[in-house]
Amino acid sequence: MFVTARPFSLLPHLPGGTPPDADAEAEADHPPLTDGGAAVAMVGKDCVAIACDLRLGLQALTVSNNFPKIFQYGDVFLGLTGLATDVATVSDLFRFKVNMYRLREERNIAPATFANLVSSSLYEKRFGPYFVSPVVAGLEPKTGKPFICGFDSIGCIDFAKDFIVSGTASEQLFGMCESLWEPDLGPEDLFETISQALLNAVDRDALSGWGAHVYIIEKDKVTKRLLKGRQD
Amino acid sequence: MRGATVLKASDDKTRQLNKNTLMAYSGEAGDTVQFAEYIQANAQLYSMRNETDLSPSALANYVRGELATSLRSRKPYNVNLLLGGVDPITHKPSLFWLDYLASLAPVPYAAHGYAQYYCLSILDKHHSPGISLGEGIKLLEMCTDELKRRMPIDFKGMTVKAVTKNGIVDIEFNDDKIVKCA
Repeated sequence: MFVTARPFSLLPHLPGGTPPDADAEAEADHPPLTDGGAAVAMVGKDCVAIACDLRLGLQALTVSNNFPKIFQYGDVFLGLTGLATDVATVSDLFRFKVNMYRLREERNIAPATFANLVSSSLYEKRFGPYFVSPVVAGLEPKTGKPFICGFDSIGCIDFAKDFIVSGTASEQLFGMCESLWEPDLGPEDLFETISQALLNAVDRDALSGWGAHVYIIEKDKVTKRLLKGRQD
Repeated sequence: MRGATVLKASDDKTRQLNKNTLMAYSGEAGDTVQFAEYIQANAQLYSMRNETDLSPSALANYVRGELATSLRSRKPYNVNLLLGGVDPITHKPSLFWLDYLASLAPVPYAAHGYAQYYCLSILDKHHSPGISLGEGIKLLEMCTDELKRRMPIDFKGMTVKAVTKNGIVDIEFNDDKIVKCA
C-alpha cells in the first residue's frame, strides 16, 4: 500500500489497487466506508423522489442520528454519501458554485447542467478525489421530465431511467429497488416505494439507518417527509 | 502526557472563542494548542472588527472549513474538538462535535476518543433535552465515575466549565465522587 502522511491512503480505490486477499479489517477502514450512510433516487410519473438516512458514525460507533445527506440547490436535489467530511465539503462547494451560477445566469440551474457541473468538479480532483458517491434528482425546467443520475467519486455519470442508489447500503438498495420499483408511479405511490426501499435496505446494513429524509419533487410542489425508522 | 509519563495533571484543554462560545480539544500535542489558539485569535479578530460575536454554528462551520483545508494539506492538524455555545441573539444553546477529518455534527451530547465508548451509552440513557445545569453536572459525575472505573488510564480528573447566556463560568467539580448505581 502507498504510504502517506495521512492515516489512510488518499489514492482512489481502483480495481487491483488492493490485493484481493487484503483482510476484512483493512476493507472496513476505507474512507468511504468509515462514516456510513445511504441515499437513493427514483423516477415516477411526472415526479422524482430522493431519500437518505440520517446516521453519522465512526465504524461501528454511532456519533449522530441527525446528519442529513440531501441538499437542495434551487430546483435540483443532491444526495451525498461517503466520507462525512467530504459530504460537507462537497455540499458547501456546490452551494457556492450554484449561487455563482444563479447570479451570472439570473435563473436556477437545471438538473442536467448541475449533473455536468458535479461531474467536472469531481474529475478536477482525479488523483486525490473526494470520497463521495453523489446522486442528483430533479425535473427538467422546460419539459418537466424527471431527471436522475448518479456518479462515482471521480465524476463518471451514471444516467438511469429507473433508480440510482449510493452508500454503504447500496447493495441492499439495489435489491429493494429492483423488486419494488415499477414505471409511472404517482407521487404518493412513489413515496411509499422509495421509503420502503430505503427503510428495509438500511435495516440490513449496520452502518446506515437511524431515521430518514424523503423528498418528493413534483412540477410545482416539493414535499419533504421525516421518517423516524428503527432507532437501533 | 508525553509517552508513558504524566507531565501535568491540571492542563486546561479549552479555549474561549468569544463571550459565549467555548472550544475543548484533544489530539496531537503540538497541533492542539496551535490550532485552538489560531481559531481563538480569528474569532476574537472578528468580534473586534464587527463589534458583534459570531454565533456558535457560524464558528463551528468556520472551524470545520479550516480543518477541512488542513486535512488535504502536506501536514494536517490532528485535533478533535467539541464546540459549545449559546447563541448571543436567540439564547439557544448548541454543541458541535468535530473530529480531525473535519466531520461536523450538531449533537445533544458528545465525547471524543475512548471516552465515547464509556460515556455515550450513559448519556443515551440519562440525558433528555432541556435538562438543568445541575442535572448536567450530575451526568458528568456519572461519566467521570464510569471512566475512572473502567478506563485503564489515569486521566487525572476533569476541568468543567459551563457556557451560559451570561458568559462562561468555571464549575467546581468533584472528580472523586462515587456514583451509586443508578
